Amino acid sequence: MRFVGGKFLHLIVVILAVTALTFAILDLLPGSAAYAVAGANASAHDIAAIQEDLGLGDPALVRYGKWLAGVLRGDLGVSLVSGQPVAQAIASHLPATVELVVLAQLFTLLVAVPVGLLSAWRVDSRFDRFCSTLGFGLTSIPGFALAMVLVYFLALKLKWFPAVGYAPLSAGIWPNLKSLFLPAVSLALVEWVILMRVLRSELIATLQEDFILQARAKGLPAWNILLQHALRPSLFGSLTVFGLQVGNLIGGAVIVEQLFALPGVGRLLLAGIFAQDFAMVQGCVLLIAVAYVAINFLVDVGYGLLDPRVRRGGFARG
Amino acid sequence: MSEPLLVVDKLSVHLPCGDRIVRAVDEVSFTLQRGQTLALVGESGSGKSMLCRAIMGLLPGRARLPAPGRIVFAGQDLGVLKASERAGLCGRRIGMVLQDPLSALNPVMKIGRQIAEPMRHHLGMTRVQARERSIELLRAVGIAQAETRIDCYPHQLSGGMRQRVVIAIALACEPQLLIADEPTTALDVTVQAEILDLLARLQRERNMAMILVSHNLGVVAGRAHETAVMYAGRVVEQAPTAELFARMRMRYTRALFDAIPRLDDPAQAMLTAIGGQSPDLAALPGGCSFAPRCARAEERCSDQAPMLVSDGHARHRYACWFPCAVGATA
Repeated sequence: MRFVGGKFLHLIVVILAVTALTFAILDLLPGSAAYAVAGANASAHDIAAIQEDLGLGDPALVRYGKWLAGVLRGDLGVSLVSGQPVAQAIASHLPATVELVVLAQLFTLLVAVPVGLLSAWRVDSRFDRFCSTLGFGLTSIPGFALAMVLVYFLALKLKWFPAVGYAPLSAGIWPNLKSLFLPAVSLALVEWVILMRVLRSELIATLQEDFILQARAKGLPAWNILLQHALRPSLFGSLTVFGLQVGNLIGGAVIVEQLFALPGVGRLLLAGIFAQDFAMVQGCVLLIAVAYVAINFLVDVGYGLLDPRVRRGGFARG
Repeated sequence: MSEPLLVVDKLSVHLPCGDRIVRAVDEVSFTLQRGQTLALVGESGSGKSMLCRAIMGLLPGRARLPAPGRIVFAGQDLGVLKASERAGLCGRRIGMVLQDPLSALNPVMKIGRQIAEPMRHHLGMTRVQARERSIELLRAVGIAQAETRIDCYPHQLSGGMRQRVVIAIALACEPQLLIADEPTTALDVTVQAEILDLLARLQRERNMAMILVSHNLGVVAGRAHETAVMYAGRVVEQAPTAELFARMRMRYTRALFDAIPRLDDPAQAMLTAIGGQSPDLAALPGGCSFAPRCARAEERCSDQAPMLVSDGHARHRYACWFPCAVGATA
């Protein structure tokens, strides 16, 4: 219970710090949302009027206070540009992002774990060297460049997947998955390498342990030793990286969302920044901060599940 | 005498290390009868552990076993077995107890499952059967409240108890041979004797053969039928244990014996150490490998390697040109 309480306090501190900082940065930028609302042909007079209308004339601290008070009442405000409630806008952009993250990380796991296991089991084998070379190659190419190659072959040439656009779940599970496949793959192509390298190095260390020798002395087959004995104690680093990756993709997959015209949180945030729509930006930042803290919490819980020594606070060896 | 359980014949283990070859074990031969205990004694790096791992088939991947070295277990030459057949012996007919019980148990797996594993794998027991048998085994190795302890994780047990668990694992499938590689080195002195006596008792009760490895001659006294002293990968003296203690012929054996601290030493007495360092196993001297550290060494010692030969007295063999006089001190 104290654990959860501590995490909650942590959440509040993070949210205050992150939103205040975002607010300050937006305020320091030249221009204002009024320009976006007024359009290109507006006069200085129009803009001043709109600015007054949107409440942008108040000092920054007052506006931040008002926004914060709104959040405490559960009101994220309305978009300065479109007038749409921010909560509604986020809710409509969240499904695409969540699905993208889940699918991308699923692909990442499916490749990283088997490759990491095999590479660590036979270090410096041909397979290990091939995968390491391939991995470094993939990470040194920007994800969107790979995405374009995928689109060219799988969407334009073979026509297996749509090149752009998002089909919501309501349009049927199959079209939905097809529309997300290429974006998820282009994210996973880079992510799996990082996860695989972390898992591989941790597994190599674990495989040197005496208890692995003991397991071999029991005459257990190799797959059993790898999966039953070596994998679980080697997941700490991977779990940390995995959590960071998930957090990063919520709102951070902007380029892929933009390329594939996915209505995700990343694009919503980017549009908000361009229009200096501070209510929208703050709403997105709030979501991302909460997501990060929540994921971190889950990662901490995960450590406890992985290793019984973590469970009752601290490592007790004796 | 019936067919011996284990015959190790001219066994060498070579470890390529860069462009050099480390001779971790060098032409070691011995036989072990069923129900007998052989002690392997020597300094760190004398090849004891490598010898054990060679018998288990658990050498590092780069290790080579040059001809004509052979290991014959129960009439079966292990060198011709496939890896899977070899693994079928491990844990089933040959059990192993590792040096450090703190690291020999998987920290994230309950001990019950770790004991049950070999029985489920080799004997095809069900989960329930294996659990019942695990509880029996825990009792046999002297763990009280076995029914509750079986659900503990290793970190919830003391070092001595963990070594008992490791022994229970090694015994799970009733092996014919138990290899105990320095089973008490990592434990408190008070627990050491308990564990050694436990091993000796289990070995008698189950008529197992046992290889007991130690760097401490005191440990093997009274617990092994036969003792082989290893130095730089070779067996340099071997005899029935009582005979060895009565008539040490090798100066190295004598030095090991003198290195055991004694309770009746004066309080401030210096510990007796063996001068010099054990030799580089990749560049062994031409003659007797102990010659550079031996007080009695002469020219002949560094020129010609002495063979392990018997002096015709009670199967006592030693490799020395100038053995200690019987009953003399070094």
